[in-house]
Amino acid sequence: MPSLLAPRQPAIGVTIAPLPPITPTLPVAERETVLRMHGVSCWYGSFRAVKDVSIDIGAREVTALIGPSGCGKTTLLRTLNRMNDLIPSYRTDGHIQFGGQDLYGPGVDPVAVRRRIGMVFQKPNPFPKSIYDNVAFGPRINGFKGNLDELVEQSLRRAALWNEVKDKLKQHGMALSGGQQQRLCIARTIAVEPEVILMDEPCSALDPRSTLQIEELMAELKRDYTIVIVTHNMQQAARASDRTVFLTMGEDRAGYVVEVDDTVKIFTNPRERLTEDYISGRFG
Amino acid sequence: MSTASPPAVGARPRFEPQIARRKLAGTSFLGACMAAIGLLLLALVLLLYDVITKGLPYIDLDFITGTPSRRPEQAGILPALVGSIEIGLMVGAISFPLGVAAAIYLEEYAANTLFNRILRTNISNLAGVPSIVYGIFGLALFARALQLGRSPIAAALTLALLIMPVVIIATMEALRSVPDSQREGAYALGATRWQMVRRSILPAAAPGIMTGIILAMARAIGEAAPIIVVGAASFVTFLPTPFQEGFTVLPIQVYQWASRPQDAFHGIAAAAILVLLVLMLLLNGLAIIVRARLSRHLQW
Ligand SMILES: Nc1ncnc2c1ncn2[C@@H]1O[C@H](COP(=O)(O)OP(=O)(O)O)[C@@H](O)[C@H]1O
Ligand SMILES: [Mg+2]
Repeated sequence: MPSLLAPRQPAIGVTIAPLPPITPTLPVAERETVLRMHGVSCWYGSFRAVKDVSIDIGAREVTALIGPSGCGKTTLLRTLNRMNDLIPSYRTDGHIQFGGQDLYGPGVDPVAVRRRIGMVFQKPNPFPKSIYDNVAFGPRINGFKGNLDELVEQSLRRAALWNEVKDKLKQHGMALSGGQQQRLCIARTIAVEPEVILMDEPCSALDPRSTLQIEELMAELKRDYTIVIVTHNMQQAARASDRTVFLTMGEDRAGYVVEVDDTVKIFTNPRERLTEDYISGRFG
Repeated sequence: MSTASPPAVGARPRFEPQIARRKLAGTSFLGACMAAIGLLLLALVLLLYDVITKGLPYIDLDFITGTPSRRPEQAGILPALVGSIEIGLMVGAISFPLGVAAAIYLEEYAANTLFNRILRTNISNLAGVPSIVYGIFGLALFARALQLGRSPIAAALTLALLIMPVVIIATMEALRSVPDSQREGAYALGATRWQMVRRSILPAAAPGIMTGIILAMARAIGEAAPIIVVGAASFVTFLPTPFQEGFTVLPIQVYQWASRPQDAFHGIAAAAILVLLVLMLLLNGLAIIVRARLSRHLQW
């Protein structure tokens, strides 16, 4: 699928600087692993939504999770910051190591985990507060002691939103456009200085221009953060990620990993027939 | 499956749109709705007309600032007005923290167990208990057992209990109307459950909560039956203080004057109703303003 990797062509009438070329990926041995999943299964009551996943998430890389609807991408993603703990029937099997520590170990507080592993949702969900208070929310609840104004500005800058909102920080976050709201949510997430940012189809509710802005932002952010993104958009996975995990589901509707590899490899020369069929649009 | 025959190839589906008839059905329904509204409005207008024509001539500063008297032309409603406002404020101050706390527990903390479901259902049922029953309970518990006597505070506690189910239900509705994406957004930043509730959910639910409480307070101010049981007096010439015996409220003053045989007393009863109506209108207006101000930017 070489066309997917072609340099991005801005849509007509849209002027956006081209992305820097995808950084060459390091060989596996030199990668620093942030999250290591081993034999992870996700259960909703007696229904197994995800089966036996063993993958490593490399530091300061963008890892894309792709696969057909209902194969468990969201479930797997929310397992990584213990968001699914909020669902009473939910249970995780297997091991997830985060920075060498067992993520689901006995002494681990999900509240502490979620500050270190932030999340951006499918539908932008700013709080009904001012832009400033949206970004300051996380630092405030986490006992931030430094200069809040500075942190807010810095977070908005890194989310590529500062120039658009610097004169209206007191305005409501909900008055922004969809793409701006999503960047506000990203600013809000990085304001608590997480190590990992999970994104669940962050562009599915956005127009193409905002989508490109978010992709550029991800390329910027991965210098400091590890990013795991769920996406339905093959071009997005191809353009914006370094590693791609392809999941699908079997007869029992449980999702499983078909193939994990460097994105270039997955999109040019996949090992599995299923992967090739999926990325070329023959199913899913 | 096997008995259903497939549609004949080439047979065109047949419709009988009958648009005129469908539209007629719609028009008839609209007519029925408007008739219902018209009937209600008529009743309301007649009531208001009656009260205003009878009561308005009696309303002046002396009526508002005066105390009850055996002579209707000298009677005023200040003790009852002050009693109503005083008790209304106490009812709000008592039912707000208790009701909101209970609703937060039920909506944001309580697990979905059988016990909690039964609890929730029963709160709705409590809203349907006749108010006089609360009066009897208030008399036994607050006036007698707790020895608060026939005081405004005993009446306020009774009324607070009476409107508690409404406050709890309104608050629960308001909390439920805040989408889960707001809760997840707070959790994803490392909020504890209380931080999530306090800083994300409560501000977003505030318009609904405040509206519910103000309207419940208006209901409490209009109640007469439970307060009569708790021991409101009908002839009070001094301004009531919360912990002292002897007080009255507007609905009781109305009831008392309206049951006199003389026409002039009926006139001042109507005037007192007008004062009560204005108090209600003020509270309802306040509810609308609060709602509009607080929810200006809420859009999910
Ligand atoms: N809260 C839940 N309770 C029960 N089953 C769920 C829940 N959330 C998702 N599922 C099920 O888990 C499977 C995977 O869902 P999801 O992770 O949302 O898939 P994807 O994001 O890949 O579309 C689906 O079969 C879905 O019905
Ligand atoms: Mg999903």
